Amino acid sequence: MTSADLAAFSNNAIAFASVVYVLAFLAHLVEWVVGRTVPVTVPEQRAVAVGAGGPRPDAPDADLADTGPDQAEQAERIDRFGRIGVALTLVAGLLHLAAVVTRGLAADPVRVPWGNMYEFTVTATFGVTLMYLLLLRRYHLRWLGPVVTGFNVAILMLAVLVLYVPVGPLVPALHSYWLAIHVTAAIVATGAFTVGGMASLLFLVRSRAENRGTLRTTGYIARLPQASVLDRVAYRMHAFGFPIWTFAALIAGPIWAEYAWGRYWGWDPKEIWAFITWVVYAAYLHARATAGWKGKAAAIIALIGLATLLFNFVGINYFFGSTSQHSYSG
Amino acid sequence: MSPEQAPVVESPQAAAGGAATTPPTPPSSPPALSPRELARWAWRQLTSMRTALVLLFLLALGAIPGSIVPQRDVDSLAAARWVDQHPTLAPIYDKLGLFSVFDSVWFSAIYILLMISLVGCIVPRLRIYWRGMRARPPKAPRNLSRLPESRTFEVDAAPAEALERARAVLARKRYRVDVHPDSEGDTGGGAVAGERGFLREAGNLLFHVSLLVVLVGFAFGNLYGYKGGVIVVSGQSFSNSLSQYDDFLPGALFGADDLEPFSFTVDDFHVDFLQSGEQAGMPTDFAADLTYRETPDAPARTYELAVNHPLQVDGGSVFLVGHGYAPKVTVRDGEGNVAYKGPVVFLPEDSTFKSFGVIKVPDAMPEQLGFEGLFLPTYGFSMERGPFSQFPDALDPVLSILPYHGDLGLDSGKPQSVYELKKDDLDVFTKDNGNDYRLDIAVGQTKQLPGGAGSITFDGVDRWVKLQVSESPGKKIALAGVVLALLGLLGSLFIRPRRTWVRVTRREGRTVVELAGLDRSSGGDLRDEINELEKRLQDSEAAKRETT
Ligand code: HEM
Repeated sequence: MTSADLAAFSNNAIAFASVVYVLAFLAHLVEWVVGRTVPVTVPEQRAVAVGAGGPRPDAPDADLADTGPDQAEQAERIDRFGRIGVALTLVAGLLHLAAVVTRGLAADPVRVPWGNMYEFTVTATFGVTLMYLLLLRRYHLRWLGPVVTGFNVAILMLAVLVLYVPVGPLVPALHSYWLAIHVTAAIVATGAFTVGGMASLLFLVRSRAENRGTLRTTGYIARLPQASVLDRVAYRMHAFGFPIWTFAALIAGPIWAEYAWGRYWGWDPKEIWAFITWVVYAAYLHARATAGWKGKAAAIIALIGLATLLFNFVGINYFFGSTSQHSYSG
Repeated sequence: MSPEQAPVVESPQAAAGGAATTPPTPPSSPPALSPRELARWAWRQLTSMRTALVLLFLLALGAIPGSIVPQRDVDSLAAARWVDQHPTLAPIYDKLGLFSVFDSVWFSAIYILLMISLVGCIVPRLRIYWRGMRARPPKAPRNLSRLPESRTFEVDAAPAEALERARAVLARKRYRVDVHPDSEGDTGGGAVAGERGFLREAGNLLFHVSLLVVLVGFAFGNLYGYKGGVIVVSGQSFSNSLSQYDDFLPGALFGADDLEPFSFTVDDFHVDFLQSGEQAGMPTDFAADLTYRETPDAPARTYELAVNHPLQVDGGSVFLVGHGYAPKVTVRDGEGNVAYKGPVVFLPEDSTFKSFGVIKVPDAMPEQLGFEGLFLPTYGFSMERGPFSQFPDALDPVLSILPYHGDLGLDSGKPQSVYELKKDDLDVFTKDNGNDYRLDIAVGQTKQLPGGAGSITFDGVDRWVKLQVSESPGKKIALAGVVLALLGLLGSLFIRPRRTWVRVTRREGRTVVELAGLDRSSGGDLRDEINELEKRLQDSEAAKRETT
């Protein structure tokens, strides 16, 4: 295939991936809509019942045990839609991966597929899907399905409509293998923080319902794992992302900046916001160990961290474009 | 708190100490105290986790203005422009230090307080950790089933054998193990206490200490380093002394004598632009050929300087940070003498390299001459836009400038920018119809000024490079600091301090094993670990293998 073919292939793959994400989103939607009529066994009771090696409380499937025959059938249907959602997400993820790879191959010379904002967005959303799929089994993340697929549809749409630029070579400032190292780390961390932020958000919703006693026996919120489980998943994602972000923003970035610009840290707007993000997530980890800050306050800090991360990515390029040395990434 | 959520450490002391109870948290309001007690109270407040959290927030908040208001140290031109545009706000911002946030008093106060808090936090923890290193795991609590995870099951083996098995299993899982046989009776039963994950606290301490190391390295660079910028036209030379720089930012403790005497000549500069496609005009590559000497008597060497390929010499590094055009002109005055000849640096204004510049001719007679205007590397013209540049490469270069005559104001003694005409005592040449006398000159052309005031010839185009010369001595310290911090962080986040107990008793002729665990950090997977231990303790074959 020629460069032009590959570029066209990449664009088509993104379009198809978006469509399949939409289908996956719909499947998950059906899963939760059907689930609205099926009561969930009250989580608190179950938590007590979990003793020696019982079903894991963080597996939503376990909620459906011991219900009537009708409901068992319903439960089976719910589960089927859930599995369809996951399968479609997997297909979308593969298309997405193909789009990312061909985008890099389409450039002449061949390069990493994150030389501008469009490519960074496409690759970072793939990071979110990847993170979700990798951890799906381990942490029983299916409840994140609608959020992840919905999020990716929205962001990919934005990327295609607003950020799209045709494939081209890299500007000279990016001619460095540090581009691969620094940006890969930033993308992985961004994926982890995004998934972690989703979990923190759902934690806030769920724990609010639990604390107010408004938790119903049906519906999406009822089907979410307990707040404590959401909190733990959120923590693990953030704890995974934080060292990688530390590496991306405070080690690889400065080393590259020292090479390219002759200063390893110059308080450029992009650097300032990377630092702010780091400090806010450090505060999140701290808050989890501080009396009075655990739970709700910590989750809010995590969401602030995600906001600073996204602002750094989008805001800096738009608002401070010309004053930032990093602005070529726009 | 739900059962599977581990108890979270409330305070630094608890994180390290052997005691499972939390030490008293500092009181939130100062009781009536003597000055000494008041000082102690304040110190405890400062070194509490809550204060650290608040200071972290302030640090993040305080950094925000630095990204919004142009910073003098980062972009002095932008800062100066901002000051010009905001005459009322600028003095206030200046007072608040908003033009150099990162060495303002208030920002420094935040991070210095944070560092003091950090030291105050680390030192006692180090002491406790030191003592805790040799501590033995605490004895099994009376009621193991009250712990977050516990199991009770029976095994075939005799109690003594089961106890030994438990010891071996825990030891293999790298627990620090103590065996406490029952003192009364000779059933062979007893309890095993295991603890592991001591390195987590070590990692956490390493992380926090390393932050101090980073700060030291950073401060060192700011005090003893320097950063200078200079524009060198292709073919010209630079030697590393203060007078040669266009702008120079020394660290507070850096002396001008500390500059190492290296020098270089920019022999050539070449750049490739993308010729076609939607991104045409984007530079794909640029580099400058240098000949340099590390000291005046050192041999001359050559180097290709490019972005991401700096020249490193003793006492500094040279970076290519920008480039542009320097049109070469010859200006003759009204008396027919050559009053100026040579390249003039024009500064690019956008990605088409439409560049702005001025030519000052103080030696012109009878009146001084000045020119101001644009250099267009590939000339284009449209009615709406006037003259513009179609492409960044010098394919069809044109100078489009306005000539002035009068007094350039250079004698007033006030320093003047070389990129600006001071027009107080200058008049623009006008045509008979009153319009400005704009000159569009192609390479090789000569244009006469009205009234026999002289002429200007556009001889050709040179390129210039903008170079940054800098040195930040503490960078290795800072790098070592962050790398250690990262290692410490990994330990702190992923090592799980955990206590496990096994009690073996004889009941009605059967050997009963109780197994329980307690995580001392959050986010653990205690359940999985206890399940696995249970399997190993029950599986007699595997257990035998462990024992032997
Ligand atoms: C310079 C600013 C600071 C930064 C960037 C920072 C960052 C962090 C981070 C990222 C963690 C998470 C590691 C983990 O969860 O294991 C942490 C934990 C911790 N920090 Fe800090 N910290 C700072 C200052 C302080 C100060 C001043 C104190 C003392 C009051 C402190 C006490 C602690 C403690 C006790 C933990 C362990 C929490 C736990 O057991 O989970 N830190 N810190």
